[in-house]
Amino acid sequence: HIATSLPLPSERDHLRPRIDLIVFMIDIKSKYSLRNVEASLAHVDASFFLGKVCFLVTGVGRMNYCSVEMNAIWKLRDVYCSPVLFCELELEGVRVATAQRLLRMLQICAGHVPGVSALFFSTLMRNSTDD
Amino acid sequence: MDETVAEYIRRMVLRIPRDEIKTMLQKWGFLSETQLQTINFHQIKDNISQDVVQLCEENSADIKQAAVLDIIYNHIYPNKRVWSVYQMNKTGEETEFFDLTDFKKKFKRQLRSALKNVTINFREYEDNAIWIRIAWGTPYTKPNQYKTSYVVYHSQTPYVFISASVLKSNLPLLCQALLVASNYCDIREMELRSHSLNSLKDIVFKRYSQNFQTYYPRPLQERNAAPESADIRIIQENKNEKERIQRVNREVFGDGPQPKLEFAQYKLETMFKSDPKMNVLDKREPFRCLVKFSSPHLLESLKSLAPAGMADAPLSPLLTCIPQKARNYFRIREKKGFLPGSFVSP
Repeated sequence: HIATSLPLPSERDHLRPRIDLIVFMIDIKSKYSLRNVEASLAHVDASFFLGKVCFLVTGVGRMNYCSVEMNAIWKLRDVYCSPVLFCELELEGVRVATAQRLLRMLQICAGHVPGVSALFFSTLMRNSTDD
Repeated sequence: MDETVAEYIRRMVLRIPRDEIKTMLQKWGFLSETQLQTINFHQIKDNISQDVVQLCEENSADIKQAAVLDIIYNHIYPNKRVWSVYQMNKTGEETEFFDLTDFKKKFKRQLRSALKNVTINFREYEDNAIWIRIAWGTPYTKPNQYKTSYVVYHSQTPYVFISASVLKSNLPLLCQALLVASNYCDIREMELRSHSLNSLKDIVFKRYSQNFQTYYPRPLQERNAAPESADIRIIQENKNEKERIQRVNREVFGDGPQPKLEFAQYKLETMFKSDPKMNVLDKREPFRCLVKFSSPHLLESLKSLAPAGMADAPLSPLLTCIPQKARNYFRIREKKGFLPGSFVSP
């Protein structure tokens, strides 16, 4: 399901399956995109932040068009206790690899991987990116 | 033939793309068809231009004839120049019959009385457009053929398009000559500039597709709706919002292609509003700031901002009013009154 912002339109509530993972996409070239994500985060129930939320930062291939500061990204990661992935959508290889990572995360969040919970996995991911 | 004329023709031919040279020379009509047959248009441009100069020599070309080729070139490639738009005003409603010969005579006389050393050429085109080429000299020097201004005047309208190039000081003379020749009283520069002459004409003659006020909601199924994503596993949660954005966009920008502008410039003369504790700019003086938007095609990029998810729809009216107000240079001052905010000054 793709949405441009949260909250999701309520008229589709009955058509929606259970949500296992929310990926917030931030375009590093657009401050507007960051503001949109920050506003949408306020509408997410707290229980999702136990491993069912992740931030995907796109557009990292073009350093000279960066509009969003990395500090803002790290702040999101720390405040919402959720991992951050980086990718460049215009490169097919990176796009496919990122999709595979997200799919793997989704499998875990949906409970399809025995022995690994969403919370455990997200803690793993966050600890591995800490400096 | 004058050496300067020969050099001028040579340089002009070099500017023309090789595949276009023959057609342009035919349009010019100064060299006969038999003469043109003798030129090999497949050799390098340097040689082509030498051959052309040679033939012009045989025909004893003078500067006025060479200038006609320059007009033809600029008429086909007007986008190499920057054009400004001027509007003339008449007091009273006399709709006089436009006499082309009279116009040309008065224009030349008025301009030459102010400045003797000018080369003036006219050429008329089908859409009632009169192209005027002026090469400027000074009271002591001959006209410099490389410092030219172009004027495009549509006789049935009060609009004049001027590409002044370097000599801004001659602009008042030019405007005066235009007023006298066309029987108007005054002329003012509109805040509208672009490389694309046709787009400027589209804007002032209102030839672009404009938005229409809809007083009833449009039905949601649109013939030109973007095709649903091929993969039915992808579900767009905000389809309604996307459709609203398309609808608002279409209302604001209309359906057709937008006129081509390269810049929009906003000069802010507003007060800086900040937290009083920040202690910035204690003085109550306007904070001078210039905001410039540039793009190869500004209006089309503005039109695609909201659908691309990069801006809210509807866009600020300061951006969307550009074609209706026929201007792309604005000055924004403080609004004096009950409501805080700013207004756009003429």
